[in-house]
Amino acid sequence: MSDAALNPSVEALPAVPVEAQVSIGQIFLEFLIIGATSFGGVVPYLRGSLVTKRGWINDKEFVEMLSISQSLPGLNATNMAILVGEKLRGALGAIAAIIGICLPGAVLMYIVGIFYRIHGDHVWITAALKGVAAAAVGLILSTVVSMSKKSLSGKFDFVFIALTVIAVNRLHLGVPRTLVAVGLLAILFHRPRKQQKESGTQ
Amino acid sequence: MNQIPALIRVFAYLSILTVGGGMAAFPELKILTVEVHKWLTFPQLIHVYSVGQMAPGPNMMMIVVIGQWAGGFLGALVVLLAFFGPTALLAFIVASGWKKLEKWPWRTSIQEGLAPVSIGLLLAGCFTMAKGAISGVETAAIAVGVLLMLLQYKINPALLVLAGAVLGVFSFMPK
Repeated sequence: MSDAALNPSVEALPAVPVEAQVSIGQIFLEFLIIGATSFGGVVPYLRGSLVTKRGWINDKEFVEMLSISQSLPGLNATNMAILVGEKLRGALGAIAAIIGICLPGAVLMYIVGIFYRIHGDHVWITAALKGVAAAAVGLILSTVVSMSKKSLSGKFDFVFIALTVIAVNRLHLGVPRTLVAVGLLAILFHRPRKQQKESGTQ
Repeated sequence: MNQIPALIRVFAYLSILTVGGGMAAFPELKILTVEVHKWLTFPQLIHVYSVGQMAPGPNMMMIVVIGQWAGGFLGALVVLLAFFGPTALLAFIVASGWKKLEKWPWRTSIQEGLAPVSIGLLLAGCFTMAKGAISGVETAAIAVGVLLMLLQYKINPALLVLAGAVLGVFSFMPK
């Protein structure tokens, strides 16, 4: 009935990829906002902002990028910033994203550091920090539990967890050697297995 | 003495150890910043790390404090670059290559193998920290309380760390 131009269907929208519409400034600003508001863990804020609010990446891409971020050295937050920034606008996008996400926390901790250096030995601050440190231990333990629930692929993985802890805390092998030794062992344990046995092996 | 080169070396090295999260590097962070370079004391490191848990953004921003103490504004800046630069570069390189590896069977093996090791490193970092942070029944109770609350309810962890501060003032103020 009406003119087609006045009633564009969804399909009629220009098929410009989302990436082309995102500017470096927008990337920086969005990650700056995440960096300034993501109290208590960045990942949920990343999803809310990048997938839900902006639609820059879809849920599947988000999960994929998160799994890459977790396998690589580096914090999830900064690895995600690099991966998303790179996808949207290449190297400049990645740089804008990582600076944006780091800047607010860095500035805040810079100020905290100066304040703590001057006032750190006041009795009430020492008392408060003792409580804060204990709470932080509880927080890390909860991360250990939730990561174990999510990302372990078998009961035997607990052996690798135990080996890692013993190597670092008891044998004092250091993180790098532990990482290489137990890491290789665990990767070999999880080596690719073909459905049918390969001919010639064993 | 100029600490800038040492700051760059230490934090670039720590950068590549953060498999599974910043806490994985905590035992080495303690050895290098407290014992080797004496930029701060172990209690200070624990305090700064813990306060950092209340800050928004990536949860290792406490490194800025170490950089600032050891080398002023420039120290803070080089620590950030040294700590986030190497892993950022690696992530950038992998970003383009990883998708091509989708069919590579070892990709899953690496992911599955590194998962328990990164959890182990996190736990090891946690134990290192607990040695300094848990000093009696009260601190243990706060840690266990926070753990149970987080496992049971959907609470923002930063709020619980803040609650730890309040509890600390009530529990540990000298009478």
